Amino acid sequence: MPPEGHQAAAGSRLDRWVDTYAARTRGMTASEIRALFAVASRPEVVSLAGGMPFISALPLDVVGTALARLVAERGAVALQYGSGQGDPGLREKILDVMAPQQVDAHPDDIVVTTGSQQALDLVTRIFVDPGDVVVAEAPSYVGALGVFRAYQADVVHVPLDADGLVPEALESALGRLAAEGRRVKLLYTVPNHHNPAGVTLSSARRPEIVEIARRFGVLVLEDDPYGLLGFDGDPLPSLHSLDREGVVYLGSFSKTFAPGFRVGWAVAPHAVREKLVLASESAILCPSAFSQLAVSTYLETHDWKHQVGVFRDLYRERAATTLDALADLLPSATWTTPKGGFYVWVTLPDGLDATAMLPRAVTERVAYVPGTAFYADGQGRQNLRLSYCYPTSERIREGIRRLAAVVEAEIELLETFGGGSAGGFGAAGHAGRGQVQSPSPDLT
Amino acid sequence: MEVDVEHAPRVVVLAGGLSHEREVSLRSGRRVAEALRDAGCLVEVRDVDAELVPALRSAPPDVVWPLLHGATGEDGAVRDVLDLLGLPFVGATAAACRMAWDKPVASSVARAAGLRTPDSVALPHGTFRELGAQGVLAAIVERLGLPLVVKPARGGSALGVSVVREAAALPRAMVDCFAYGDVALVERFVEGVEVAVSVIDLGDGPRALPAVEIVAVDGVYDYDARYTAGATEFFCPARLTAASAATAAQVAVRAHTAFGLRHVSRTDLIVDRDGTPWFLEVNVAPGMTETSLLPQSVEAAGEDAGRLYRSLVEAASAAAAPAEPSAPSGV
Repeated sequence: MPPEGHQAAAGSRLDRWVDTYAARTRGMTASEIRALFAVASRPEVVSLAGGMPFISALPLDVVGTALARLVAERGAVALQYGSGQGDPGLREKILDVMAPQQVDAHPDDIVVTTGSQQALDLVTRIFVDPGDVVVAEAPSYVGALGVFRAYQADVVHVPLDADGLVPEALESALGRLAAEGRRVKLLYTVPNHHNPAGVTLSSARRPEIVEIARRFGVLVLEDDPYGLLGFDGDPLPSLHSLDREGVVYLGSFSKTFAPGFRVGWAVAPHAVREKLVLASESAILCPSAFSQLAVSTYLETHDWKHQVGVFRDLYRERAATTLDALADLLPSATWTTPKGGFYVWVTLPDGLDATAMLPRAVTERVAYVPGTAFYADGQGRQNLRLSYCYPTSERIREGIRRLAAVVEAEIELLETFGGGSAGGFGAAGHAGRGQVQSPSPDLT
Repeated sequence: MEVDVEHAPRVVVLAGGLSHEREVSLRSGRRVAEALRDAGCLVEVRDVDAELVPALRSAPPDVVWPLLHGATGEDGAVRDVLDLLGLPFVGATAAACRMAWDKPVASSVARAAGLRTPDSVALPHGTFRELGAQGVLAAIVERLGLPLVVKPARGGSALGVSVVREAAALPRAMVDCFAYGDVALVERFVEGVEVAVSVIDLGDGPRALPAVEIVAVDGVYDYDARYTAGATEFFCPARLTAASAATAAQVAVRAHTAFGLRHVSRTDLIVDRDGTPWFLEVNVAPGMTETSLLPQSVEAAGEDAGRLYRSLVEAASAAAAPAEPSAPSGV
């Protein structure tokens, strides 16, 4: 209430549409955490935050020549609108790319999308009504959580361990949700080299997970951007290979080639695919013809399998550096051991809060993503994700040295204020803070 | 406006830096640069990094405008370097920045100038470690009462700031605060209307712009509320009695003068139920983003932002210009 006798004045919220936005925009706000990441882009900061592929390892001159030829020779097609479902030639080639994961499909089953992120959006759009449940791993990919939130889904997390999603926990969660009369529309999972947990669903659990989903009538959304980036051995068979009608498989060229082209895809049962194409056409008309033909040209003219091997070797070395440095410098924490992909999931000592610690880390010139970003329900305060894909091994080691100093200072602080091994201060007073409501591209 | 390339002031806006407020600074920098360009200046926006000094040396601008928030920007360090380079800049001198930037020091300066400040205590983390947090925190609550505001002694944008309404929440607030810096300022929470008064000083004396009143929709004017359009309701001019508004303006001008500030500042105040303004802090590099307070005051005053910002640039340039040589005597 204004004081008595005030001067007349009108209030402004600096946005004339503030009362007009859709309910799904709630939570689309500036955030302290995202602001801190602005500093992470500076070279002084060792960023173990962003999941950015190490593009410098690509033969950029070869790519450049191929792109120049593409425009010169096929520019009239490459710079034109294309098919809503995606270029047929590229869809043929995607079959080869998916062969190691035993994704057996016809080119007609494939819908090319603007990164697999768009495929995630489209699948959610055609299945999820507000209030529907999406079951996801705990933790889960921040970009998927953003999509589910945008469609007002209710995300229920199911635990994973070193062998991936825990079948018993999934069965129990689906049973409970069924008993509550909730509509579960999707089981979202990243079975290979999980983002952010770094673990892989074991081959023994794969049929169990598919069977449980089938029994409860839940469509599986299998997100597999890292499947070809296993450090040792052949990729495990996809969930899709176990139930073609019950699984929508998402693939991407972002990690095996380059995210700049924004080319991903979905493999879906016939009826689902029809709806995906219509939904995609209404969203973007068609995926970029130029990007698709660029990827196609790269696959045709370059030994892409060898290049995937180059990436794999690079990431294997960086993962090993990360794990060694953690063992040497941060023995008070625990972490997962990735067998591929980009990420290590760290659990801090009791009482530590990775979100509250982030400003100190940024001051010490190291960045990570706090665990809370990967949960829809505020869990993950004691966790953080380290990405080893982009910095060199030397920088990774330096980053973990800085992180260890930050953790040590934080432990000392907690001991001072009595929030240490007794279990910390809890989440009280933190409601809503530390949530990364939508991912910025370099955090995914 | 068409730019007269030959005569247009060449301005380097410094934005970014390595502080926690980098993002805010980048937004402020973009916004001011745009307004200055509209007002006919030639503007370059630069980050503060190893390339800055060589760039300023090889092509010295007429004026530098440091729009850096947080450390190195508001603590005077960059301004000291600009002085070393002999470059005029918009805003307070390094020495004045050092007083305003450190909240406990600023409180003392304000008190000495006769302004009312909330009771407070500033303590480094080490004090709690050495003396035991429990006893010190209990003494704070006993002495200052509840609720309390806990904030880093240095820094802005409400980063690391908590309002503590019960003693049990104080340890958590201290830990959150110390994540942003080694010294915490704990002050008595003053109930009242939150206002910000910007002061413009073009060399002919400081004048206050209309006060902005801040009403956060969720009750707390935190980082999210500051930089999300729609999350805060602003009243400009503030809904104060004419007498309170005049007093708030006087306080801001007195703060500007007492700290020896130049060109532009923003004083944050709480006006309590009796109409008394309580000085919280004075900002030497006020936010200039789309949701910031100073640009709102400029608009409420009916002034053109670009023209005003150009006047600040010209004031900085004029102050630095060598005096006309006097005619030799005896000729």
